[in-house]
Amino acid sequence: MTIKEIQEEIIEEFEMFGDWTDRYEHIIELGKTLPLIKEEEKRDDLLIKGCQSRVWLKSDYKDGKIVLTSDSDAIITKGIIAILIRVFSNQTPEDIVNSDMDFIDAIGLKEHLSPTRANGLVSMMNQIKMYAIAYQAQHN
Amino acid sequence: MKITMALEIQKIREDFPILNRKVNGSNLVYLDNAATSQTPNAVINSIKEYYQQYNANIHRGVHSLSQEATDAYEQARKKVQAFFNAKKDYEIIFTTGATESINLVASSFTTLVKPGDEILITHMEHHSNIVPWQMLCERTGATLVILPIDKNGELQIDKLDQYLSAKTKLVAVTHISNGLGVINPIKEIIEKAHEVNAAVLVDGAQACSHIKPDVQALDVDFYVASAHKMCGPTGVGVLYGKEEWLHKLPPYQGGGEMIKEVTFDKTTYADLPHKFEAGTPNISGGIAFGAAIDYLEKIGYHAIAKQEEALLTLATNELKKIEGLKIYGDVANKTSLVSFNIEGLHPYDIGTILDQMGIAVRTGHHCNQPIMAFFDIPGTVRASFAFYNTIEEVEALVNAVEKAKNMLS
Repeated sequence: MTIKEIQEEIIEEFEMFGDWTDRYEHIIELGKTLPLIKEEEKRDDLLIKGCQSRVWLKSDYKDGKIVLTSDSDAIITKGIIAILIRVFSNQTPEDIVNSDMDFIDAIGLKEHLSPTRANGLVSMMNQIKMYAIAYQAQHN
Repeated sequence: MKITMALEIQKIREDFPILNRKVNGSNLVYLDNAATSQTPNAVINSIKEYYQQYNANIHRGVHSLSQEATDAYEQARKKVQAFFNAKKDYEIIFTTGATESINLVASSFTTLVKPGDEILITHMEHHSNIVPWQMLCERTGATLVILPIDKNGELQIDKLDQYLSAKTKLVAVTHISNGLGVINPIKEIIEKAHEVNAAVLVDGAQACSHIKPDVQALDVDFYVASAHKMCGPTGVGVLYGKEEWLHKLPPYQGGGEMIKEVTFDKTTYADLPHKFEAGTPNISGGIAFGAAIDYLEKIGYHAIAKQEEALLTLATNELKKIEGLKIYGDVANKTSLVSFNIEGLHPYDIGTILDQMGIAVRTGHHCNQPIMAFFDIPGTVRASFAFYNTIEEVEALVNAVEKAKNMLS
């Protein structure tokens, strides 16, 4: 699926939820599907800055696509990064670089987009894009 | 358990329009008073009045408007003096807040401290009462010494004598911990510090909304506070300094207002308090600070204490019933603040869910990274109560924490 298609799928999923309890319960559930980084790979240089919780984000390059794994010690953060990984993992660097984050607003998590928010959503997104730019440069 | 309300809460809450607002569709339950307090209409109106009726630069003008502004500003200084029971009004220096007050003393102490000297702080200090002293030690070659805390979050006061010596030039200690709520025995600390001729600076940022410190009774050398933590505006605070100390210290910032005479050969400095008040100050802020003190005095610190004690007792008892919940700083002598975690859950998760329910608490390290490292935790959830919070709000907090725990487990 393309990034846009996955984003639309997620928006449709969240449209089912009326109130914040259902939305957050879903985010918590999604966190359980997070492709986990291995324990021994959790190095400090893989930590995302700007998060109140600890978030490790690792990228690998396989068959022209970026593969992301992650973990966090906060459950809601795990859910949010699981959403990001579902959208951006197993995609080409070029597609990631050219994508946008509008779907976050559409699923009712707009407040998490503020750079001052302590969950580092903006930092996570920037890190994913940076990985993509780096791989793009490396493989062109 | 009978909770006695000392105050007509609903009437008081009408003074704070912000308490009526909604957050994420729910009524705001504001429990982040340790971060900043809310501001009553009386204080807001004093700022409005200043800008609408007598805004003018102070201390320098001959015209009437300038005189009115100067009188109002200096009257506010007298109110702050009375609040702290300072001997002289010129022992009250207006600053931008407690952080600047501490930096002022640390900066001005540079010429008084040499290699081998020691500055004693404690393990529970706010970063604003750690970093300026680290910088002072870096500048001068002095050593920073740390008085430890115990597993309950209290200072190991019995060890204080081991940490004080003839080398100690200054002791900097918080009156009340913003992260734990623990109240420190500062009178005892001041007495012991003076035995070794060390000066004492007390960080009262967290204290002044709960208690009225008597600087003469305490015999403290420096006491700092921020207006925004005691119903005043942000951007203004106070440094109380004993006259002898303020005369001894060199100026902090140079510029207009703090001078007597300026020539390119030599500049001489103004007398107290202006020696430490360079430039045009936050005039409306100072006046509003005075209005905040008036407001709090009208309510009465005794009544405030009774209300806050009732809220703290209820919150502590009810939160402790939640399985896996641990309170840090759960000691007898503390203020109306509860810092806690639930086993296996990150404080950020709990805070996020509470926010969805309109409940404002703080999560994280609360500018107390050393305390968090001591307890080996990433941070805590902190609920801090003011006199305008209600029993219902405490109950809402407890219910919300239970709901958050259920959602996250």
